[in-house]
Amino acid sequence: MSVSVPHALSVWRRNAAMYRRTWKWNILPNFFEPVFYLFSLGIGVGAYITEMGGTSYLTFLAPGLVCVAAMNGASFEVTYNVYVRLTFEKAYDAMMTTPIEPDDILAGEILWAVTRACIYGGCFFVILAIFGLATLPSLLALPLIPLAGVLFAAIGLVFSLKIPNIDLFSFYFTLFLTPLFLFSDVFFPLAERLPENWLWVAEVLPLLHPVRLARSAFQGEISPILIWDLGYILVVSAMLLLWARRAIGQRLTN
Amino acid sequence: MIVEVSSVSKRFGSRLVVDNLSLMVSAGVCFGLLGPNGAGKTTTMRMIYGVTQPTSGTIRVFGIDIARNLRAVRSRLGVTLQQSVLIEALSPRENLRVFGRYHLLREPELSRRIDELVEFLELGSHGDVPSKQLSGGFQRRLAIALSLMNRPQLLILDEPTTGLDPAVRLALWSRIRDLRSEGTTILLTTHYMDEAQRLCDRVAIISRGKIIDEGPPTDLITTHLAPETVEFDCAPEEEATLLYGLSLPSRRLRVGKRVMVYLEDATSLSDHIRHRDEGDRRAVVVRPTNLEDVFLALTGTSLEGGL
Repeated sequence: MSVSVPHALSVWRRNAAMYRRTWKWNILPNFFEPVFYLFSLGIGVGAYITEMGGTSYLTFLAPGLVCVAAMNGASFEVTYNVYVRLTFEKAYDAMMTTPIEPDDILAGEILWAVTRACIYGGCFFVILAIFGLATLPSLLALPLIPLAGVLFAAIGLVFSLKIPNIDLFSFYFTLFLTPLFLFSDVFFPLAERLPENWLWVAEVLPLLHPVRLARSAFQGEISPILIWDLGYILVVSAMLLLWARRAIGQRLTN
Repeated sequence: MIVEVSSVSKRFGSRLVVDNLSLMVSAGVCFGLLGPNGAGKTTTMRMIYGVTQPTSGTIRVFGIDIARNLRAVRSRLGVTLQQSVLIEALSPRENLRVFGRYHLLREPELSRRIDELVEFLELGSHGDVPSKQLSGGFQRRLAIALSLMNRPQLLILDEPTTGLDPAVRLALWSRIRDLRSEGTTILLTTHYMDEAQRLCDRVAIISRGKIIDEGPPTDLITTHLAPETVEFDCAPEEEATLLYGLSLPSRRLRVGKRVMVYLEDATSLSDHIRHRDEGDRRAVVVRPTNLEDVFLALTGTSLEGGL
């Protein structure tokens, strides 16, 4: 079995056809959310913080929030939406009566989740540019939006394909995505608050790596640890995608 | 042969759902898989379009081994599943468009095919309203339209009219006949005997994962039973007295108090019973023998699962 690109694209187009009906209402909150964060935390809380990580708090905050937007965009898609398509709408069962194979479905869903990540992350980036927070080197952070999208699409897909009921998504959001959002270097440098022998904990968090890469891009700085960050994203995504591939095969055929 | 299933078994854990089953469907035929719920009909169908892998045996569709080239097989067949697969937020036309893309149809062929199917299944009146607002019969017609997007040579219908009202069933049957007369091979499952009898050129009666017998419906009736049936209520101990003095044919079945006798000509027996029941006449039904009787005779159980 292998991915047929035209078939994967037809899966993507199914989701796009549904999104097209609602995007006007969906995209507006995508623009407002970053504005609220920047006002409340960047400007509000930031007024009490003289500097963080060597910059103003607003500047510190911006790159991480781009990654959070990408994470959220991909996560909503591969959790509830995938679960509904799988379980209630029987969309994948329908596809399996056509030449579409499970691998095509997986590829189409990942591509769609990345598309949503790009819409979220892209909106955020545009707002940052409007506020004058997107420097020229920060453009290098743009490829991180789809990369973070793939990573969180893969994590969410494995979860969605393995859980027995829809209620478990509240665990995913509250006990997984929320702590990631709060502790992955977005609001403060986690490594500076952790005791020496607990530093590895930070390195396990999946959101931390795109955040560190994005911040480096925004600040135009390069360090060797970025290779580790990029490697983490690529290797973990690849491993989870292989797992998701097995899981979707098991869910759709027997 | 359009479909060749050779010695196929399917085991789920310790449960043997399909037991060394073989069947052949030739081109242009409407073939019915008949049996009660849980007999293995749906599993057999799923194996034919390749989403369930047989534990043993081989399946060829259009002469192609489905274990080898499933995509090639699926591009030439259509499947209407039992459960609804419609995208409720989208209109019938939009649903057809999405499905056409799964088959990689492009414009202008895509729109042309949608128009054809909207006309063929009479979907035009609600072609642009969200599918969730459609009635059950309308949704089923749309579901069949979806599986016809790629002009399939083989159409697989899993319980096509379950849960539909009689008028809608009649309309659907006539569409299925139209498709057959255009040369589409049809494989359907049903637990409705009348449906099988009216639609199918051949039927296979399936019970506990095995085919018990197979052939044209009328042949099955004449081979196993007789063309006419006399049906009446009669307690077992009363039966001998009631039928005393008649030289009765071999086939007689009993379900509880109900007795069914199968004959070439039902007149003599019905007259006989009328004659015996002088004052208080029992209800005697004379009717053509149907596949339900054959099923009962072959398996000793009734299809609706009562016994």
